[in-house]
Amino acid sequence: MIVAEQKPLNEIKSMLKGYNKVLAVGCGTCVAVCFAGGKQEVGLLSASLRMSTDLDGEAVNVDEAIVQRQCEKEYNAPLEAELEQYDAILSLGCGVGVQSLAQQFPGKRILPALNTKFMGYPAEHGVWEDRCQGCGNCVLHLTGGVCPVSRCPKSLFNGPCGGSQDGICEVNQEAECAWHVICENQLKLGLFDEMMEVQPAKDWSSARDGGHRRIVREDVRIPDEEKA
Amino acid sequence: MSTDEKVLNADDETFVPEVVAFCCRHCAYSAADLAGGGRMSYSPSIKIVELPCTGRANSLEILHALEKGADGVAVAGCLPGTCHYIRGNTQAKHRVTHVKELLKTIGLEEERTRMINISAAMGAQFVAEFTDFVETVKALGPSPLSGETGNTRTGS
Repeated sequence: MIVAEQKPLNEIKSMLKGYNKVLAVGCGTCVAVCFAGGKQEVGLLSASLRMSTDLDGEAVNVDEAIVQRQCEKEYNAPLEAELEQYDAILSLGCGVGVQSLAQQFPGKRILPALNTKFMGYPAEHGVWEDRCQGCGNCVLHLTGGVCPVSRCPKSLFNGPCGGSQDGICEVNQEAECAWHVICENQLKLGLFDEMMEVQPAKDWSSARDGGHRRIVREDVRIPDEEKA
Repeated sequence: MSTDEKVLNADDETFVPEVVAFCCRHCAYSAADLAGGGRMSYSPSIKIVELPCTGRANSLEILHALEKGADGVAVAGCLPGTCHYIRGNTQAKHRVTHVKELLKTIGLEEERTRMINISAAMGAQFVAEFTDFVETVKALGPSPLSGETGNTRTGS
């Protein structure tokens, strides 16, 4: 899932300067699961903003709303009727959710309350780890189910860098060396010999380096003449 | 008690704070009963909300109580390791800690919320713990939040 975390309250307050009536809009999908932008977090942030701005003597009226999936316009559509009464929308969606609202409601100020971090794995309750950078060309079949792009700080493709010690990454002492885990997994799978094959330099054009990405699936597209 | 009354009382040095106490029915709520049965008196400031377990008290409810003008909010659960639902009191403690962090960023004193651990047999300790908390809140003075957005208590 997409993992995000809330921006510091003061940063959000700075963004809201000059706005008196704000609608905080959460998302009931990824950011709800990672406790960043679900109903509870919308409530906590909205209450915090109301209280803090009240104490500052510049009270901002913050109302609350949540949509099931902020990245899809069909779910956001019911918001439109009430948006007129608000000076700004504070989105607790991921970056996609914020942009969806901005695209769907042009002319309305949409502000991000979260920092979107990565596509992550919930390692334990309250702990999320980066697992995918969306590089566009998956190599997990070659690397024992461990992603060297997201889990190796250097995104190496042909073994560890030499800086790791006892299976711990030299860049982050709290992280396992991705290549240490890859080698162990390949050994368990009886596929260690595959590691001898040198991987060519990765073509990063399938990742964000290739520019703005887009997928078009004609088989599921609705023809123009059938669109409402 | 209205906001104005509270402020007025503070000026008169007879400020009676409003303290919400989220009490687990297995321990603190029963301890309050025991204190009452034993004719022990405790502050009338305390407004008890009975919960099936303090694990039911979430951060939002604590924050909302403070937003609506409570001067203090206590969460009172079982002694460590004795929760009837295994770790409800531990979760509550984490949440109170979380709310304290939120209060710091909001600009309200973190001492306005507190986790209390107590057993059903500790009537006297219930009185002692809550007397101490009420005294702490009294020392802080009335909450500057009126409970109505845009209506800060000025001069308090």
